[in-house]
Amino acid sequence: MFCASSLCGLSRRSRGRNYDAELQRCRPEMAPVEFGDYHPLKPIMVTDTKTRRGARKGSTSSSSSSSSSVPPDPLSSMLDGTDPLSMFAAASATETPAVSHSASAGDLGRKRREKEEEAVGPDFEPWYSKRGEILTRFTTTEKLSINLFMGIDKGKAQSPGSSGVSEKVRTRLEELDDLEEGSQREMLNLSQQDYTNRIEELNQSLKEAWSSDQKVKALKIVIQCSKLLSDTSVIQFYPSKFVLITDILDTFGQLVYDRIWTMCSDPQPLPDSFTVEDVNDTAKETCLNWFFKIASIRELLPRLYVEAAILKCNRFLNKNGIQETLPRLTAMIRGIGDPLVAAYTRAYLCRIGMEVAPHLKDSLNRNFFDLLTTFRQISGESVRNQLVVQRVEVPEYLTLYSPAISWILQCIAYRAPEPLLTEMMERCKKLGNNALLLNSVMRAFRPEFVAARATDFIGMIKDCDEAGFPKHLLFGSLGQSLASADPPESERLTILNEAWKVITKVRSPVDYISCAEIWVEFTCRHFTKREVNTVLADIIKHMTPDRAFEDAYAQLQSVIRKILTYFHDFSVLFSMERFLPFLDMFQKDSVRVEVCRSIMEVFIKHQVDLTRDPVILNAMLHICKTMHDSVNALTLEDEKRSLALLIIGFIRMVSFGRDFEQQLSFCVEARATFCNLEPVLVQLIHTVNQLAMETRRVMRGSHSRKTAAFVRACAAYSFITIPSLSSIFSRLSLYLLSGQVALANQCLSQADAFLKAAVSILPEVPRSISIEGKLRSSESFLLDFINNFLATLLVVPDHPEHGVLYLVRGLLNMVQDYTWEENSDAKVRIYISALPLLAAMSQETYLYSIPKVDSNETLYGGDPKFLSEINKLSETLIAQILDHLKALGREEQSTRRQGAVALSLFSALLAHGDLRNNKLSQLTVNLWNLSHKHGYCETRISVRTLEHIKHQAQQPDMAHLSDTVQRLTLQTRT
Amino acid sequence: MFFLDTMGLMFKCIYSGILSTVLFVCLCVFVCVCVQEVVAGVIVLVCKESLQHHGITLNMEGLVNLQLSSKSVGVFEAFYNSVKPIQLISNNIEVAKAGKIPGGKTEIPFEFPLQAKGNKVLYETYHGVFVNIQYTLRCDMKRPLLAKDLSRNCEFIVHCQPQKSKIAPTPVNFTVTPDTLENIRERSSLPKFLIRGHLDATNCVISQPLTGEVLVENSDTPIKSIELQLVRVETCGCAEGYARDATEIQNIQIAEGDVCHGLSIPIYMVFPRLFTCPTLETTNFKVEFEVNVVIVLHDDHLITENFPLKLCRV
Repeated sequence: MFCASSLCGLSRRSRGRNYDAELQRCRPEMAPVEFGDYHPLKPIMVTDTKTRRGARKGSTSSSSSSSSSVPPDPLSSMLDGTDPLSMFAAASATETPAVSHSASAGDLGRKRREKEEEAVGPDFEPWYSKRGEILTRFTTTEKLSINLFMGIDKGKAQSPGSSGVSEKVRTRLEELDDLEEGSQREMLNLSQQDYTNRIEELNQSLKEAWSSDQKVKALKIVIQCSKLLSDTSVIQFYPSKFVLITDILDTFGQLVYDRIWTMCSDPQPLPDSFTVEDVNDTAKETCLNWFFKIASIRELLPRLYVEAAILKCNRFLNKNGIQETLPRLTAMIRGIGDPLVAAYTRAYLCRIGMEVAPHLKDSLNRNFFDLLTTFRQISGESVRNQLVVQRVEVPEYLTLYSPAISWILQCIAYRAPEPLLTEMMERCKKLGNNALLLNSVMRAFRPEFVAARATDFIGMIKDCDEAGFPKHLLFGSLGQSLASADPPESERLTILNEAWKVITKVRSPVDYISCAEIWVEFTCRHFTKREVNTVLADIIKHMTPDRAFEDAYAQLQSVIRKILTYFHDFSVLFSMERFLPFLDMFQKDSVRVEVCRSIMEVFIKHQVDLTRDPVILNAMLHICKTMHDSVNALTLEDEKRSLALLIIGFIRMVSFGRDFEQQLSFCVEARATFCNLEPVLVQLIHTVNQLAMETRRVMRGSHSRKTAAFVRACAAYSFITIPSLSSIFSRLSLYLLSGQVALANQCLSQADAFLKAAVSILPEVPRSISIEGKLRSSESFLLDFINNFLATLLVVPDHPEHGVLYLVRGLLNMVQDYTWEENSDAKVRIYISALPLLAAMSQETYLYSIPKVDSNETLYGGDPKFLSEINKLSETLIAQILDHLKALGREEQSTRRQGAVALSLFSALLAHGDLRNNKLSQLTVNLWNLSHKHGYCETRISVRTLEHIKHQAQQPDMAHLSDTVQRLTLQTRT
Repeated sequence: MFFLDTMGLMFKCIYSGILSTVLFVCLCVFVCVCVQEVVAGVIVLVCKESLQHHGITLNMEGLVNLQLSSKSVGVFEAFYNSVKPIQLISNNIEVAKAGKIPGGKTEIPFEFPLQAKGNKVLYETYHGVFVNIQYTLRCDMKRPLLAKDLSRNCEFIVHCQPQKSKIAPTPVNFTVTPDTLENIRERSSLPKFLIRGHLDATNCVISQPLTGEVLVENSDTPIKSIELQLVRVETCGCAEGYARDATEIQNIQIAEGDVCHGLSIPIYMVFPRLFTCPTLETTNFKVEFEVNVVIVLHDDHLITENFPLKLCRV
């Protein structure tokens, strides 16, 4: 039976410790490891020759250079140049210069090259990447209409019954039939979005019709859709319409192909490289049927489009089908009168051609030449009339062509030999109004090709007709090529001058900036800050009047982005006079912050060395301040956090080297600037603490008067900064940390103040805090902190004016007064963890100390009064704990907690108490029994504890423990 | 000499009996064997349960149907005076004697020789307006009392065997100007134009497309459309003389809108199957074809250039 009262008033003494000896004992026995022995991390090595063993022992080099005595390692033997990969590489490497190296290797290389030519590589920009661009570029606010007439094709056979009826009546009847089916629809007044949705619906209904086996309906949908492409009303929208409708055609082509493909893959799937012989008769018949059906489509445009859509199916019919069909379709396009419609039809055919038979370049060229021949139509009368009716300007009309022509040229230029490109260029030159073509040539041909002839191109651009195609677009295209390929070194400056001469004359700010933005990249790529600065100045000049920059934030941002990709040296960047004025153009807050953020990101990524450059610091401070000032009450937490991270990144890059005072004053300035972002303040405090420690390191621990004053200033900085933080735990930990730093720098009173401040704000700690949006109990954090704090208190010397153990008492008082959660043992746990501190304090030499700081051990020199003070304190603590234990014992449901608390007190006493004292030893036994009373104790822990005590008892002057062990009985739960 | 197109046709019929439901499907697959000139295939019978029948017969027939147009003779005459169909071939075989068909799928193979009746000639299959040449197979199943007889029809297509001789293509050039036109009221009101072109051949192979080129040299009025109109000319002889009618088979647009002047536009037209056959001339009827190159001007002037064609199979 445990009797608490009988134990009160007894002196509790901590046992004396010899930390050094204990440490020695605790270290694991050192097992000397022989070099060269087996080690799990050492690579497994095959060394068989006995003679070599000694020499190779411990070597980790690979055995590839060893002689044949080493058994062949499968991997290294592959590396001897016999593996297929390196053989290919060797073959192709030698094949280029050598004429007849080895026949087989050469053949192999050639075959490979042919294959490469055939296939379209990943460097071919696919259509779907153009798609989105076209859709966003060619938009309209005008009303559109869809007229779908799902009638039977008039070219179809007439039934004998209707022969007597006149043509007119017959069509009427058909129309009536169709109306009954509800298939004729005319939709008027559609907005662009409606139109897109309608087309998508049609795409869906095509798929549905197909899957429900209504092939004729599917075909009708496709025909009607492609018919829409002959309608050029609302001409601005035509390119987008083309994109939408060719999507449907693609779907259809794929459906037909897949169906026929599955028809042939009945026993086993058809290989990808199948030939006509592999196709069975039914599939051929079906395929032929499709072609016959399409051949009888009355109108030219749908016939062309639909046949192009199923061009791939020719593979099922005969070997040369595609080869014969492509030129025919190309020629048929000549029948399309409208040049825009024709150009897009050509683009579609080229696209299909590239997909299905990329090796057939001839029809691509044919298409382009036909296009050139029909070019004069663009300035023809019918086009002019149309433009007048639709109120579209010629330059705008011409830009409608560019996606189609660019695409055709891209197909032609793809892996095309240089002479062909030159020929194309010559042909374009010969045509009169060639700006449009020139533009497409520059966009489609390889940037290297364009870059090499940049001067020629500039000449051609100058010769162009001013009225037709806007020149800034031409320069824009040229700039785009030059951004990714380099013109000859000697011409670069001339090119820039020539180009900028034209660009700077562009009146409209929108046109100007879209062109200038492209050329910034060229400038950054090849020139120094001087030229870039000039360019920036020019942009500022153009964009400032009438606040034109407001509409061009996207482009201006891209300018900044481009500069940042090329200029990573921030001292150069900020020494550009016009850079900061350029930044001032971003006057919309969100954009401004975004720009600052991108600059900061680049800075953090690329600034490797610490810096003290005043230019950089000023500019960066300015930028950071901009970011900081954008924070307001509505700013999201995440946003704040990321901004703070960027600013912290900057602060960490700032270093004034040995000039500590300036660094401190920088921190003072930064604190004033970034007062709204707590993480930044925390970082600043850390920086200052680090500064103090750095000073200490430089002075090798003994401060001069000057440095002492400096570190005190650092402490003062921290001391006045910490209270402005709102998070209680960062305040607590910073107080503790700064206290430790102050202590390390022999600033005793400052350290005292920090620790006192920490103690004094303890009552403010809320019982629950929000972590990641969830409310959690703060107890565990508080316990952690207090334990940490207690550990520090060991070395803090007592203040001469206050009583003994002033801080420890203060802390314990705070702990007592703190309103802990109900049903929590936290308070008692702190008491228990204070016991080891008190035990450590009563030692003659402390476990650890701070150089040049006298801890209590020296101050009191083991004064018995001091010791008795400690003992009294621990008695009180133990009494408190025992009271608590008693209280816990009263209630049934808290017995488990009672056991746990008893066990931890037992452990504390066992480790730190002097058990030679009988009373104390009795207490430990009682505690042991108490903890086992209700059987909540884990047997494993109990067993190990007992073993530990037995082990301890074997130590000299610990023999008394063996008596105690006798009295500790293991109770198994029954 | 004839051979058959390879094709498969399927007929379905759901028959509901008094007590049980029987599914009956007849599928005939025709396999052409050129040398022996036979129609061969299988009759497929599918039924759930065994089926009693009084015999299955298969009948093959080739017919030329002639009809007089109401334009040539009056409407009523056309109705009454339609010419008697000409039977080209007729064959009848009994496939199965009266008995029972077991449940499930039963396939009965068959074969007919393609032998014309008497001194008749087998013509190619042709679906026209006034002339129809059609070959059919009919399968009949006689059923006991209280059950309807079942019957399925199936058309098969006959193609002439290619004529051995090769025809040399004869290109035809044409030029259209206001002066070359006939059949106009006011020559002075016509806009000026010059359109040239050629057809690669007028004696065409039926399996090959009609090709050629048309080129608009100049035209005062913009062109709206250029079309190819394929026309059949059917002639039926009867007691009162003969009737000759031209009707459109299909109309293919080869140019749309104001095409580029001086750039040749291809003429390309595939001859539709069934609706065309090699040009045919018999004592009772004739089937001929023509093509019209139709140029529609923007003011809706219609300029037509007519070319008679001779189709054959090579």
